[in-house]
Amino acid sequence: MRHNKKFNHLGRTSSHRKAMLANMASSLIESKRISTTLAKAKALRTYVEPLITKAKDDTTHSRRVVFSHLQNKNAVSELFRDVAVKVADRPGGYTRILRTGNRLGDNAEMCIIELVDYNEAMLTSTEEAAKPKRRRSRRGGKKEEAPAAEAAKQAKPVAEKESATAEAEEVKAVEDVQPVEETEEKAEAEVKSEASAEAEAEEKPADEASEEDKKKEE
Amino acid sequence: MAHPKSKTSKTRRDKRRTHYKASLPTLATCSNCGATVKYHHICPECGYYRGKQVIEKEIAV
Repeated sequence: MRHNKKFNHLGRTSSHRKAMLANMASSLIESKRISTTLAKAKALRTYVEPLITKAKDDTTHSRRVVFSHLQNKNAVSELFRDVAVKVADRPGGYTRILRTGNRLGDNAEMCIIELVDYNEAMLTSTEEAAKPKRRRSRRGGKKEEAPAAEAAKQAKPVAEKESATAEAEEVKAVEDVQPVEETEEKAEAEVKSEASAEAEAEEKPADEASEEDKKKEE
Repeated sequence: MAHPKSKTSKTRRDKRRTHYKASLPTLATCSNCGATVKYHHICPECGYYRGKQVIEKEIAV
């Protein structure tokens, strides 16, 4: 059974695949950007990123280990001399894959794979754009709610009364539909519902005020 | 080995193939040049992706 064996063989024997990935990795390191199929690019990513990480530690041993994978001395020297310096403070994720459409002939999904630190246009624009959208957690939702609350506050005098009365009416309507078993209880419930509606109306401004305070703090 | 007893008629073959349908790709418009582009793809007209110049137009083909 082929459970959990996700490795993509790319339709090649092991030796063929290794040779191809070695050539592609050398090309990527030497020219910084190559155009290939999406499947090969994804395979190359898992092949070349550990090698780049290894290149951060410039020792004879790591050079030999990397050479055993690349089999290309020019690529190895380029990797340890130039690429390793550029990626020094990047914790992984050295490559970027961008899809470019389908190839004529066999309709293969094509893409470019490039070294992130060598795309100058993207580097400058990402540094500019990085600051405003830093928060990805869902806890930052209050920022978005705050303007809505403010808008609601402007329309508060009319809208809130309406909503409160509407709620009370709804509650009454629901209770009216129910079969009348004990009138006394029903009357009590109505009173309670009205009271609760009023309580809700009172609570709303308080909530808004607290949200506003939070917003000011932010 | 099991073998088909009779040839599949043209009707039967074609009826089977009525479910073979091509699907349209989801398309978007490029934020830079307004061309129609596939989602998650570099714009083939101007080489922009997510509002940034990713590749020069010559390389984009």
